[in-house]
Amino acid sequence: MTAPALHPFRTCPATGHRIDRQAERLVRVNAVAAVVALLVGAIAALLLVLTRWQAVHLLPAVWYYRILGVHGMNMLIFFIIFFEMAVLWFAGTVLLDSRPAAPRYGWFNFALMVSGALLVESMQWSGRADVLFTSYPPLKAHPLFYLGVILFAVGALGVVGQFFATLVIAKREKTYAGSMPLVVYGAMTAAIIAVITLVHGAAVYIPTFLWSLGLIPAVDPEVYRLLWWALGHSSQQINVAAMVAIWYMLGALTVGAVVLNEKVSRSAFVLYILFISMASAHHLLVDPGFGPAWKIVNTSYFMYMAVLASMVHGFTVPAGMELGMRLRGYTDGLFGWLRRAPWGDPGFSALVLSVVVFGFFGGITGVTIGTEQINITVHNTLRVPGHFHATVVSGTAMSFMGATYYLLPLVFQRKVAFWKLAKVQPYLFSLGMLMVEMGMTFAGSFGVPRRHWDISFSQAPFDVAFSPAVDLFLAVMGIGGILAVTGALSFIAIAVKSVFFGETVTEFTRGVAMEGVPQGLTHPPVHPKNADELNEAMHAPARGIAGATPGTLVLVAVFLVAFMLYYFTNWKLLTFLWKIG
Amino acid sequence: MLTKVHTGLEPVPGIWWRPAHKAERVWVAIAFAWCMVLFAMMPLWHWKGGQNPSGTRRRVDPKAYYARTIAFATQYKVGEDRGLPIAAPPAGADVYLVGLTFQWYPILKLERGREYTLHLSSLDVNHGFSLFPLSVNFQVVPGYDYALRVTPTAAGDLRIICNEFCGIGHHTMVGRVIVVDAADKPVADNRRPSLLGGGAE
Repeated sequence: MTAPALHPFRTCPATGHRIDRQAERLVRVNAVAAVVALLVGAIAALLLVLTRWQAVHLLPAVWYYRILGVHGMNMLIFFIIFFEMAVLWFAGTVLLDSRPAAPRYGWFNFALMVSGALLVESMQWSGRADVLFTSYPPLKAHPLFYLGVILFAVGALGVVGQFFATLVIAKREKTYAGSMPLVVYGAMTAAIIAVITLVHGAAVYIPTFLWSLGLIPAVDPEVYRLLWWALGHSSQQINVAAMVAIWYMLGALTVGAVVLNEKVSRSAFVLYILFISMASAHHLLVDPGFGPAWKIVNTSYFMYMAVLASMVHGFTVPAGMELGMRLRGYTDGLFGWLRRAPWGDPGFSALVLSVVVFGFFGGITGVTIGTEQINITVHNTLRVPGHFHATVVSGTAMSFMGATYYLLPLVFQRKVAFWKLAKVQPYLFSLGMLMVEMGMTFAGSFGVPRRHWDISFSQAPFDVAFSPAVDLFLAVMGIGGILAVTGALSFIAIAVKSVFFGETVTEFTRGVAMEGVPQGLTHPPVHPKNADELNEAMHAPARGIAGATPGTLVLVAVFLVAFMLYYFTNWKLLTFLWKIG
Repeated sequence: MLTKVHTGLEPVPGIWWRPAHKAERVWVAIAFAWCMVLFAMMPLWHWKGGQNPSGTRRRVDPKAYYARTIAFATQYKVGEDRGLPIAAPPAGADVYLVGLTFQWYPILKLERGREYTLHLSSLDVNHGFSLFPLSVNFQVVPGYDYALRVTPTAAGDLRIICNEFCGIGHHTMVGRVIVVDAADKPVADNRRPSLLGGGAE
């Protein structure tokens, strides 16, 4: 291993961090690969909504299913995981002022991931893997499809290993004093969950690969579903942990959000590690392979401890922002801190939209439909994608986009191109996605199936006549989809223009606004010198429970009431069905 | 004693394992209590509620299950629609339904308010049993027999949509369940012209 002194560092003009140039390049290539996957996935998304919007019904059946597989792979695997690799390189090195572990091996892993992704793409586009994202056997794809997924996963696992090694290096070389920052702790949580996830991936894809080659006779369809969801759902928990870490990061960068209590926030991350992979069981609630005790233990005892973790972050993230703002003097009323926040900073608006839609929409629907009995009314209907688009897209992807607006000047050293567009992009994207999610959820509650080319059933032997309201909801989904894809393509245009043709920016002058540089960098949110005294005063026992963060208490109370209403309404709706036992 | 004011981007000096402020403690307690309510609801519904996905579940050879279903359909056949037998088993009977690309076999005729044991399985790949318009959904997995005790609560001419992708013809896979009342309404053999025409109305 090369001695650390030989690694060239540069110093970040805004944050003062030491940035290793090799690590920086790895952040860049992984982020660029993520954006390329996002582009493919977004175009696919447009074609899909325009097909599911029955009035338009664009694609023929074969291409609808094919593109659906492409969309799933590009969005849920390639876009998200490449971006998470960028986050790991960033959090491990830049935030800890450290050099990366074995950067050349990082390039090898990147190459492995790219070749895996290209294999999967070529199999899918050429129609040799029309098995959708989940590829449930006995549906069989070309062996190279499974091999591509395996290569991608091995590369990702390698990067996760390098991230852990980087943490060790930073600790040994004492690049920081005390405990690692909370954001890095969150990234580490994501990395640990990634190991759990990818090991399940190996357990499911390696036998399936051998089966596709004819080397083993069969793969049990139910065992496959069990193991596949330990990959398929757990991988979305990598997202949750990475997204929450980014929430803390964007909060700090945009409004000087403070960490209320490290013990609480870190314990919540630990709950994710311990319990969240069992939440995969909620995909199997109406499966014939498992009994009620297994289903209840996994989805309630275990999943609800992960739900608890999200509810804790759902409080500590906005409360940290509120306290950060109050310490900086925005103390008027319950919501003065929110009203006077930098809504024109795309990093901030993306953060808030991500927290709100993830929590209110994704979280509440997810817990409700993941209930054993309620799942009878939901399984495989459009309500399922309605839920997970709220978590993965409106939550995770939105937060990743918000982070990009800061990574462009900080890591790529480029101004954000099309700055005016960048300021509205989070709103456009989030609104569009919200319409998609609402449309899908309401259409799904009429029993409209997911992954279905033609709900007019024109070629079916028996007629199925959905309520006319379904047409309305699918139109909302379609229009929302067009808006959201416009938002996603705007983001891609901004990112590509900035990275490849953008204006270089190496210095930020405090207090001088600059076109194309988010406010958090030109006007960094600094706490006053007496912040600790102010903090003590705000937490004085005399101020009662509301104490330092009264606004957030109101917000979480609203959240809890919404949660309860939605949850018990769904139980009520369940009673209208047949008796089933 | 509060930790020094800091953001999530800064390393934390010293010991950060400090007691949380009351607001946080109260919220964590409320959230935990709510999670316990969520947890309690599932066992409670098994005890008091009418809709549970328990059933009995066992492995089965797909071909044997298919043969069993054909025997069932022949035994209780009362009519035919679109070439598919209409099976009308007596109350309390074991009812067999099989999914195969791209068909639900056979058509079932059940009586409102009577309990049946509905067996679901597949001959080939995964299918999704989705009873329209009620939205009752179960995963149908080849090699597994999912036997659910069901009691239809209202008469009507229902559909079974396949809602698990099973191949390129997936969207044509629709089956039929007729639930009749004591007066045998609606009629079992399908006279509606739109249905005889084989398409949407």
